[in-house]
Amino acid sequence: MTQAELMIVVYALIGGAIRVSTPFLFVALGECLTEKSGRINLGLEGSLILGAMVGYATSFQSGSPWVGVLAAGIAGTCMGAAHGWICKLPKVNDIAVGLAFMSLGTGLAFFFGKPYIQPSAPRLESLPLGGWSQNPQVQQALQVNPLFFVGIALAIAMWWMLANTRAGLTVRMVGDSAASARAMGVSVDLVRLLATAAGGFMAGVGGAFLSLSYPGSWSEGLSSGQGLMAVALVIFSRWNPLRCVLAALLFGAAGALGPALQSIGISYGYHFFNAAPYILTLGIMIASSRSKSAAAEAPRELSIVK
Amino acid sequence: MMATAEHPRRAPSLATEGITKIFGPMYALDKVSMQVEAGSFHALLGENGAGKSTLVKCIMGFYGADAGTVQLNGRPIAVHTPRQAQAHGIGMVYQHFTLVPCLTAAENLVIARSDAPSVLNWRAEKRALESFMDRMPFRVPLDRHVADLSAGEKQKLEILKLLYLDQHFLILDEPTSVMTPGEADEVLTLLRGMAERGEITVLMISHKFREVKAFCDSFTVLRRGRVTGTGDAQSTPVPEMSRMMIGETELRERAPRQSRTEAKPRLALTAVSTEDETGRRVVDDLSLTINAGEIVGIAGVSGNGQSALVEMLSGQRPMTSGQITVDGAPFAPRRADLDRFRVFGLPEEPLRNAAVPRMSVAENMAFRSFDKAPLAGRLGLISAARMRARGEELIRRYNVRTSSADAPIETLSGGNVQRAVLARELSGEVDVLIVANPCFGLDFASVAEIRAQIMDQRNRGAAVLLVSEDLDEILELSDRVAVMSGGRLGPAAPVESTSRDSIGRQMGGH
Repeated sequence: MTQAELMIVVYALIGGAIRVSTPFLFVALGECLTEKSGRINLGLEGSLILGAMVGYATSFQSGSPWVGVLAAGIAGTCMGAAHGWICKLPKVNDIAVGLAFMSLGTGLAFFFGKPYIQPSAPRLESLPLGGWSQNPQVQQALQVNPLFFVGIALAIAMWWMLANTRAGLTVRMVGDSAASARAMGVSVDLVRLLATAAGGFMAGVGGAFLSLSYPGSWSEGLSSGQGLMAVALVIFSRWNPLRCVLAALLFGAAGALGPALQSIGISYGYHFFNAAPYILTLGIMIASSRSKSAAAEAPRELSIVK
Repeated sequence: MMATAEHPRRAPSLATEGITKIFGPMYALDKVSMQVEAGSFHALLGENGAGKSTLVKCIMGFYGADAGTVQLNGRPIAVHTPRQAQAHGIGMVYQHFTLVPCLTAAENLVIARSDAPSVLNWRAEKRALESFMDRMPFRVPLDRHVADLSAGEKQKLEILKLLYLDQHFLILDEPTSVMTPGEADEVLTLLRGMAERGEITVLMISHKFREVKAFCDSFTVLRRGRVTGTGDAQSTPVPEMSRMMIGETELRERAPRQSRTEAKPRLALTAVSTEDETGRRVVDDLSLTINAGEIVGIAGVSGNGQSALVEMLSGQRPMTSGQITVDGAPFAPRRADLDRFRVFGLPEEPLRNAAVPRMSVAENMAFRSFDKAPLAGRLGLISAARMRARGEELIRRYNVRTSSADAPIETLSGGNVQRAVLARELSGEVDVLIVANPCFGLDFASVAEIRAQIMDQRNRGAAVLLVSEDLDEILELSDRVAVMSGGRLGPAAPVESTSRDSIGRQMGGH
């Protein structure tokens, strides 16, 4: 590999990291908020796919991709709220309900999404931030979707909120010690329902990015498990929204590895490199389940750490 | 802002009148009337199950009383939820903590306030908290996460939280059980000072006569849901209080101790360590030798690694380093080794740690022997009939009160679960016995019996490791005493040459 080729790979990785990371980031932030309140919502994969389909359909019907993004968020909110409501029923397991919602969201999206596979909806325009450079690779890599910045702003806002607002402290309290929260008169179920619904909104927006920006069309094979990998990502970032950004970029870069290598003609092991995010997920799950500092930072009400 | 600042609300008086609470067929409280004067430090005494917790939970609004009233400053008040109690300035420190572990001390205090603003200005809050702390008699590091505080510091923070929330009637449920004697004295002295100045009124649930004598002005005794005595804590002698608590039954005698001459090391721990789930060393480089026919007591405030040590010795927690030997041969807490070296144990909370709650009493009693003759036949088939017969024999011999040998063990009372486990563990030859808080929550009669059994095993030559949070129990039973603090074990000293004071100092890590 020559110097020039290496640079091409690096630019492709950076560009890929920014593009591919956005849905990861939104789902991970949603999952992070949900888990901070003491619940796990595996159904975010379903919310993501439903969000992708609803976003695309709405953008097609209304002509405005941003209305599509909003509609996707609302679809995710409904899924999250339903998850939160069912989980407050006695003896309901949040993980099992999450798996059911994953199937439900996927099923609904496929069912209602059939008519939208062919037509082309208006997409979210990316911001060309690479104009300062003469290098076409740099220009290509810095085609950044505004949702990426929204995601980063959201991460910062969430981090600030968890530390500096009454709502943030309440979410953490509920996630760490439901008994204490009840003793202070906080409705644990309500807080978790709201957190799960808000998490669903974020996952829905992440889905809209998939269908409206990159790859940028609705198809049934659109999501490749981003919603599930986000769970691993949240554990990796130790329930810290800021670290979610870094983790999402890492996963994004891993996802861009295959195409980046292909762009300089390395095509052997293409499918193997495409599997990089999954291998990374597996590695992270093994490492973090052995990690004692991760165990210390996990919200204590999560059903997996109890 | 805080209302505690310049014009403190006066300490209120509180009285209950004819409080009755019925659980199913049982009168948990039967017309309980109690008078707590304004600015007093009142003790609520009684054995476990006497109704103390039920009474304070009725005052706090956790339970609705079936009859009777609560009066604050002479006026009846209606309290249906803990929130309402809080609004009346009545606050309680529970035996279990109500602090949120992942929040810092400061965050815990602020979020507990019902008027916490939706966006917190941490600089102003910190300043307010600092000036609050300056007025307080004891402090807790504000920036530390509660998970990293010691049990004693958490208890202090719980008390500070009540004061921070402007509560002037403080109910403390055995507040000193997780503190070192030094910390307990410090906190109680300061609270007593506040009561004397008329800032607060304290109602303290306790069964430690020493604390009652040292800090309280008045007391009320409950037994089986009824008031059996009340009076001045300073002038009433301890034997009279304890008679009110346990009735006319005889006070138990100490178990007889036979003297031994030879010292043959039996159980030896060499530099053993173990970690908790987050990788913190909870037992740190601990070495200890226990001779045959000797009880070594390990004292300490709960949460200093004693539970982890017992879990490690009984195979519930992996040992990260070190070595255990019995009679010089290496020992690992596996079933084969436990049988070979005749190591037995009475862990704390036996229903959780030494029994399968839904299996029958007879089955639970057969855990150590079900797969061996005579309970199992030649082909390894287990005989249910023989297991049952053996169970019935043990039930008779150890006086376990159960409806039948087939009843699930979880239906038994705490003392009877302990007796059933005792029967299983002590009915054969015992070389090593590991005991943790064996009398926790038991009535006087069971306590005497269980301590006598432990002493009997010692007299018959077993090496006994006794871990207990009850200092009186340690001092009564042990031949040698060591103190555990922060996962480390101090030197084991003969019980004759130690005193409550020196043990107390070591508990604090000094």
